Amino acid sequence: MGAEGGRQKAEGQRQEQPSAIRHPPSADEVWAALAHVPDPEIPVVSVTDMGMVRDVTVDGGRVSVTFTPTFSGCPALHVIRDSIGEAVRALGVEDVEVRSTLTPPWTTDWIQPDARERLRRYGIAPPAPAGDSPLITLDPEPTRCPRCGSLNVRMTASFGPTLCKRLYVCESCREPFEGFKSV
Amino acid sequence: MTASSQSPAASAQQETLAPELQPALIRKLTALADDEIILAHRDGEWTGHAPILEEDIALANIAQDELGHASLYLDLRRELDGSDPDRLAFFRDADGFTNVRLVELPKGDWAFTMLRQYLFDAYEALWLDAARASTYAPLAEVAAKAVREEKFHLQHTALWVERLALGTDESHRRTQNALNELWPFAAQLFQPVQDEETLVEAGILPDLAGVRARWEALVVPHLTGKCGLTLPDAPANAAAGRATHTEHLAPLLSEMQSVARAVPNAEVW
Repeated sequence: MGAEGGRQKAEGQRQEQPSAIRHPPSADEVWAALAHVPDPEIPVVSVTDMGMVRDVTVDGGRVSVTFTPTFSGCPALHVIRDSIGEAVRALGVEDVEVRSTLTPPWTTDWIQPDARERLRRYGIAPPAPAGDSPLITLDPEPTRCPRCGSLNVRMTASFGPTLCKRLYVCESCREPFEGFKSV
Repeated sequence: MTASSQSPAASAQQETLAPELQPALIRKLTALADDEIILAHRDGEWTGHAPILEEDIALANIAQDELGHASLYLDLRRELDGSDPDRLAFFRDADGFTNVRLVELPKGDWAFTMLRQYLFDAYEALWLDAARASTYAPLAEVAAKAVREEKFHLQHTALWVERLALGTDESHRRTQNALNELWPFAAQLFQPVQDEETLVEAGILPDLAGVRARWEALVVPHLTGKCGLTLPDAPANAAAGRATHTEHLAPLLSEMQSVARAVPNAEVW
């Protein structure tokens, strides 16, 4: 299932580390490794920061990671899938499966609090709470300038350099900035 | 950690599809995907040519989302018949495509592009909203995902239609002309594919008549009331089905498919 549904295949059998047999990592160790896999379009946050990793299963020597795409058309999905596989193989695991799921659909509400702060320092306004009204409100959510905190901002483009962001300018400090859509 | 224990098996309540319903659902999924692919290509034709840079970026984003939705639909189809989405997109000829004629018309001027996208976005957002209730879990999941993206399109294009209709005499005239030309084509969005009613009865697909009623309740007051446009009397251009195309589709495909056909075994990355 999922944006890359049919491409759910076990990753190739590449020997990352020819070291002696190691114990298979625990699920926590896999999570810790994934916490260092950056979002390719926003390198200041990781795939776990973004709430994209939904499940890690360790079964003997086999590790299965389930992730969920942010936007269905996101071109970074291939890179993310490969990076997740690499990160797990770097733990000495040979049998890695990376799967994607659409359920539940990703929401910006899953972005971790410390990651929101990192986004802000990076100059991207973090998303407002998305809530669960899926349809058609014509008013965009209020956004704060990541530089000075003012709410006196103007959206200059409803779409931005990536599917997940919009463009703004702050009327208080004049800073142009990107803001996350609340999805 | 946000690791909920949602494993892929969470969609285990998915009804496996009765074999006799498969051909109709494959037809429907392909029709949905074809609409998205062709419209995305028309939107992409504005890249580098939109009136302002922000709109260049916006249309490219919208096109990218539509392609994302197409790939979701074609992934659902692949699970039913093993077909390869890339082959379907890049190696079918015009007579194999099943998109509505609305989306293949040349991009026209900015008013034409925005109005067409608005009519389509409103339909897609409402169809997806209804499809979230599908009894076929894989489709319900896709709809729940895509509808969250679609609402941004509708906000954007609804605002542009207002801006153009209420702008200058010139922009109003062009928007009215676009509506005169596009309105008859919009009817085809609500024409079912062959045997679609069996899928509606099974709760797999929303009833298009219901979607159409909601669509008209949304777009007609917006176009006529808020924007001061006049709906044309033109009869609906829906007599022919999705197998019938204008002369504009073949040239579009020859451009869209040229790279894939020139290098059929190219790697994605």
